[in-house]
Amino acid sequence: MMDGAGTALVAVKDITRSFRMGQETVQALAGVSLEIATGEFVAVMGPSGSGKSTFMNVIGCLDRPTSGVYRLAGEEVSRLSATALAGVRNRRIGFVFQQFNLLQRADALANVELPMVYAGIAGAERHRRARAALARVGLADRATHRPMELSGGQQQRVAIARALVNEPAMLLADEPTGALDSRTSLGIIALFRALNAQGMTVIIVTHEEEVARFADRVIRFRDGKVTTDGRQEPADVVAEQSRLQGVA
Amino acid sequence: MTLSDAARSSLDALRANALRSLLTMLGIVIGVAAVIAMMAVGGGAREQVNEQIRSLGANLIQIVPGNVTSGGVRLGAGQSSMLTDDDAVSIIRQVPSVQVAAPVVRGGVQIVAGASNWSTAAMGVTSGYFEAREWPVETGRDFSTDESTRGGQVALLGQTVARNLFGSDNPVGESIRVRNVPFEVIGVMDKKGQTVFGSDQDDVIFLPLMTARQRVIGTNRAKTRSVNQITVKVREGENLALAEAEIRSLLRQRHRLQEGAEDDFQVRNLAEISATREQSARTLAMLLAAVAGVSLVVGGIGIMNIMLVSVTERTREIGVRMAVGARPRDVLVQFLIEATTLAIIGGAVGVALGLGVAKAVADAAGWPLLIAPAVIVLAVVFSGLVGVASGLYPAIRASRLDPVEALRTG
Repeated sequence: MMDGAGTALVAVKDITRSFRMGQETVQALAGVSLEIATGEFVAVMGPSGSGKSTFMNVIGCLDRPTSGVYRLAGEEVSRLSATALAGVRNRRIGFVFQQFNLLQRADALANVELPMVYAGIAGAERHRRARAALARVGLADRATHRPMELSGGQQQRVAIARALVNEPAMLLADEPTGALDSRTSLGIIALFRALNAQGMTVIIVTHEEEVARFADRVIRFRDGKVTTDGRQEPADVVAEQSRLQGVA
Repeated sequence: MTLSDAARSSLDALRANALRSLLTMLGIVIGVAAVIAMMAVGGGAREQVNEQIRSLGANLIQIVPGNVTSGGVRLGAGQSSMLTDDDAVSIIRQVPSVQVAAPVVRGGVQIVAGASNWSTAAMGVTSGYFEAREWPVETGRDFSTDESTRGGQVALLGQTVARNLFGSDNPVGESIRVRNVPFEVIGVMDKKGQTVFGSDQDDVIFLPLMTARQRVIGTNRAKTRSVNQITVKVREGENLALAEAEIRSLLRQRHRLQEGAEDDFQVRNLAEISATREQSARTLAMLLAAVAGVSLVVGGIGIMNIMLVSVTERTREIGVRMAVGARPRDVLVQFLIEATTLAIIGGAVGVALGLGVAKAVADAAGWPLLIAPAVIVLAVVFSGLVGVASGLYPAIRASRLDPVEALRTG
């Protein structure tokens, strides 16, 4: 799995990230080195303040490490400008957030089109691809609904369609089930597993063991460092879904 | 992000806060509306003034007696009649560019016709005056040469006088008494309208110069050949200023004025009156520009204020846009276009409102509605520039947001 450094999708080496808080300097990441290969399903865990969110921001190219090297698909991205990083996020990374972060004024289709707007893709092609992405998350019939008119689970599916639409190298999900009930959460995780089965790399940042159970690999953070990093046999999300269905 | 995407997204954003957008625009709307309305009204008024100046007759020069210093006391203009028939005659003889030089005496009179009476201005003229003013007789006939020179007791009525004394009846052939002197009405003048200064040019009665001077207006016996003014018409195509200079030097010579002494007469031409008008129009235009400038600046500050609020409110949206790939430049353009759209819509609404007000004023005052299309385009373009200028700072702030911070907000 974790073959040569050149082919790993995410390769970080000795990355640190420190923030100045008034007089003090807080070190959110204190030297992290790891690799994630294409096609993996990873859960990043840790209590709040452990550095997992900072780690996600760095590998999501929202933030730059203070020191160390980050290669994304072989490209060194740790020193890029804000404009160049925007391009990298646009092409290679699909974000899914806890609060969905959809634009309330726009309908589902327009929300899904947003990354393509910044990729400079023309209108007709944009509509076609956005509809395909909505179909992929099972919301083909909700294209003209606004976020207000959709349930939480449906909103998160729209957000996932938006993350997928530029065919990124990985999905980066920050507490994607944090705002959903357990049954809806299972549905979202099942969707992530299905996408992973189709070859998509999925990285979920969470503090819930309940969610981490379904990952192939769990990386735990504490005090800005990786404490454990191991593989596991994932729980079967489909079986759990049908069991919950049976109970209900 | 293409411009049309940005425009659509900014319209969405403005619609989402329709009332706020409307209130923000108000500064620009009122500023532009005021300017457009005032320009249209001013243009109409100026056109009307030009019309009135034309109605006085083209290429006219008026000569009136000037200030005279008498025993160290300066008397007011026209106090001492220093112009005579002979001055008029010598002007026409010695200044070749002059077509007509018509001497005029003036005075207030009471006219009685049957049971009606009317107070008006009497002007003693020769028929040259009508030629100079390009003022034809509507019904009846002009003074004959004999009547002019010998002093016939005939009169020509202005339209206002005719209407007030005779109503709709034809006054030609009727008898009237002017200061108790009997006259026969031989004609009614064409309608001339108001002067630049608003007085009614048709409220007048014309008498032959001789008759007026000797029997009606009755100037000082010692100066029986004196006149109140000489109206000069310069031939078409001749240089008005040159003619004026020649007349001035001729009169100085005739009045035996020493080198360095002040003129005892004043020469005015209507071009000067136009120039004065032009000057006040320029002043008005500058005042308008100041009003426009102030209101656009105030409007711009309003837009900047609301855009700053908007950037703060939509920090999370900006974060999301950045996360999915918006470059700093995309965010900058988005907010800049939003501010500009706001300002341009405000400008367009202002133009519409201004034209509406101008139309109402023009209709009420009976002026033509005159506004150059360029002014409208300029107003809208200028509003857009105000939008760009006032949107720049908020847009730069938005584009410099840190995506991590922005996503954490709200």
